[in-house]
Amino acid sequence: MVVSRPLSDAEIDRVFHSLADATRRDIVARVLAGEQASISALAARYEMSFAAVQKHVAVLEGAGLVTKQAQGRERIVRGNPERIARARELLVELEDLWKARFSQLDALFSDTRSQE
Amino acid sequence: MPITSVSSDASALTLTVVGDYPVPVERLWEAYADPRQLERFWGPETWPATFTRHDMEVGGRSEYYMTGPDGTTSRGWWRFVAVEPPRRIEVEDGFAHEDGRPNDDMPTMRMVFTFEPTATGSRFTGVSHFSSLEAMEQLVQMGMVEGMKSALGQLDGVLAEPAPLAAERAG
Repeated sequence: MVVSRPLSDAEIDRVFHSLADATRRDIVARVLAGEQASISALAARYEMSFAAVQKHVAVLEGAGLVTKQAQGRERIVRGNPERIARARELLVELEDLWKARFSQLDALFSDTRSQE
Repeated sequence: MPITSVSSDASALTLTVVGDYPVPVERLWEAYADPRQLERFWGPETWPATFTRHDMEVGGRSEYYMTGPDGTTSRGWWRFVAVEPPRRIEVEDGFAHEDGRPNDDMPTMRMVFTFEPTATGSRFTGVSHFSSLEAMEQLVQMGMVEGMKSALGQLDGVLAEPAPLAAERAG
């Protein structure tokens, strides 16, 4: 069951603070898609300073959404799909609850009509 | 069965559900406005909901609990932010202590329900806004997961024979 390994509250706050920024979401989307990006390559893509991108990556790293690995003189950013998957899993649980509500509401209407 | 679409956005923390029903929009609204009807579908079959209060007016509150298979209860409340019959309801939804007092240590979420007439009946759209992943975690942890799974397991039967099952539940 997916609730067996919940993140701590502090971890969760970091995940969602990280994802509140469009640049950071884009970085996450790219690295989750398999793109291995160095910080300097990302800086070129977003037309922002190396320091600014480095700061975004540090926030994402703090939330566990990405990892950084040294490769020669470069720092390569890789995605951590588990954290994103966790948010998605929770939404699926809640989707299932709504599906159950809808089928029960439909049953209620069918029941009402059959009594008329 | 209602044509149902469910979509969620993990990065925006919203969940949108849409259901179409072969009943007039006033009838659909009534199912949410009448606590005796609401409690027949709000909780999963193994965690039925009981509404002990349902003051559906702006600033009004609802209080409810859900009872699990082993008798444990999970309590919650709604605070009505907007009530526009028969078109729109907006509530803040939170957890409550055993005595029904709101539990301020727990996260809340906002739900917006809209009701509209369609060519074949009516359409319900529910959008849930979560303040954080923590809010979602706690909803799932409040004993609802097992109930949802079991409700889903019975889904096929409910859809195949909606009226007899509903009558049985109404007992």
